[in-house]
Amino acid sequence: MFKNTKNLYASLLVGALVSFQASQAVAQMAKDKIADNAVAEPIIKVPSNFKTTIVADGLGKARHLTVTDKGDVYVRLAKPVDGGGTVFLRDTDGDGKMEIQKSFGDFGGTGVALGDGYLYTSSNSEVFRYKLNANQEVIDPDKPERIIKDLTDKGTHNTKSLVLDKSGNIYVGIGAPSNACQTKDRTKGSPGMMPCAMLDSVGGIWQFKTTQPDQILKDGVHYATGIRNMVGMDWNGQTNSLFIMQHGRDQLNTLFPDMYTDQQSAILPAEAMYELKKGADAGWPYIYYDQNQKKKVVMPEYGGDGKKEGSSKYIDPAAAYPGHMAPNGLLFYTGTQFPEKYRNGAFIAFHGSWNRAPEPQAGYFVVFQPFKNGKASGDWEVFADNFSGMDTVMSPGSAMHRPCGLAQGPDGSLYVADDVKGTVYKISYAK
Amino acid sequence: MRKIAKYSLVVGLVVGTFSLSACAQTKKVNQKADSATSNAKINPAEMALAAGKLVYEQNCLACHQVDGGGVPHLNPPLSQTDYVLGDKARIIGVVLNGLDAHEPINDEVYSNVMPAHDFLTDQQIADVLTFVRNSFGNKATTVLVGEVAAERAKKK
Repeated sequence: MFKNTKNLYASLLVGALVSFQASQAVAQMAKDKIADNAVAEPIIKVPSNFKTTIVADGLGKARHLTVTDKGDVYVRLAKPVDGGGTVFLRDTDGDGKMEIQKSFGDFGGTGVALGDGYLYTSSNSEVFRYKLNANQEVIDPDKPERIIKDLTDKGTHNTKSLVLDKSGNIYVGIGAPSNACQTKDRTKGSPGMMPCAMLDSVGGIWQFKTTQPDQILKDGVHYATGIRNMVGMDWNGQTNSLFIMQHGRDQLNTLFPDMYTDQQSAILPAEAMYELKKGADAGWPYIYYDQNQKKKVVMPEYGGDGKKEGSSKYIDPAAAYPGHMAPNGLLFYTGTQFPEKYRNGAFIAFHGSWNRAPEPQAGYFVVFQPFKNGKASGDWEVFADNFSGMDTVMSPGSAMHRPCGLAQGPDGSLYVADDVKGTVYKISYAK
Repeated sequence: MRKIAKYSLVVGLVVGTFSLSACAQTKKVNQKADSATSNAKINPAEMALAAGKLVYEQNCLACHQVDGGGVPHLNPPLSQTDYVLGDKARIIGVVLNGLDAHEPINDEVYSNVMPAHDFLTDQQIADVLTFVRNSFGNKATTVLVGEVAAERAKKK
């Protein structure tokens, strides 16, 4: 039946520890089994002439990251380790390993951005900035300036991703603490709320000033709405506009078994990339995007049947990907190290699905989306794969690594952060 | 009085049809539920596990996964947690009422809401909890229909 050797060994170990004095032999046996079970680091699969190195690991739950002009790295951790929620990494001897690892800021979170002489980081309810010196080092790690406070954090979809534009604004993604705005979240038969009143304060993007302390939600501009949850976000310098990746809704099949099969529910709705201009409405929870029918479809909680077309007042995605793969990182590549085709295209870190069970899970890779003249152009392709360390992930907890954050180094290398083991990868191109 | 009558009726029905009782706890649990259903001599413990597995697949697996491992940060694991292995009344309550606590489980916080599953019958809840408490590396006592009925009565 179900096999879970990890848990078996864990239980063996727990049991062995409880009766440690009585049975040291059992404990030793459990340890031996864990040692036997140790698996080699997965080899990340990248296109030919690319190579991947691990520049740091064991950092904790590494979420988003950013790289300075000198190649130092700031990594945000979902949960502080030894009181530090942001890790500064530096390779002093040029051997490709970040041997300096200093952490600061006793709050966990996801968002991090560099700009205008400051480092910006977010918790799940606040945004801070740290003044940097000429080397882009934080001057006073104990005294950040809080620029935004009191954002909604109800557990679900609570991370706050950050993006800076070129005009002194910071964009904060505020996910909706809900799957489909039902009266009772994720409960079969519970209707969608009409209207979905929570959209006043969540499920969208808010624009704030980078320079103003202690802004609250109403001080910001409600920049875009109708987005269930967004973790991967980036500013596209070519179009001078914000792009985000939506985490699409879950459980079409479990909530509407008469309308959707397991197989349909595994790939629907699309994980959609949106270009957001001020005032945009992406339509959650009233519609979702079906990548196979190539149209907006009315959500079943709002009278949809899987086919009925949604209102044209909602924007179309810039690109669409199969469901539930959890796009947690988005980066427009502006470097010159990679071949020409990658320039101004998008890398997307798909953290990997859970809501495909009982079908196999998907994602756990970094995708490249070609762009031409500011528009997604051509098919996406898997760029870096095998973070999970297995051919098929059936249960997300078994994945060895999950890509979450993306950043570009000053030399044009691509950095990827993993939030399972806190591994930071550097992917470079060499002819 | 009516509650008691209803409770006795449920217990009586269950004992009569499945003979699920303390003996389930002492018998060797064979987790091969598939073979249990095709076995000519089906023992009650195996039957509860097989029935519980079905309930699990239809109602729990989408979130808690095929290995009971849950989803890191989102949906709690069901293996080696105090919730599953500890107080039966509490875990029965979680199934009946759902959970929106975001309290740490084994030092991790899980952010998704669990909806109430009070649409399941007492029998289904007893079976699925017996299955969960004896799968994924777990080993714990059977959950009886009467225990579920008692918790449901408190809810009303």
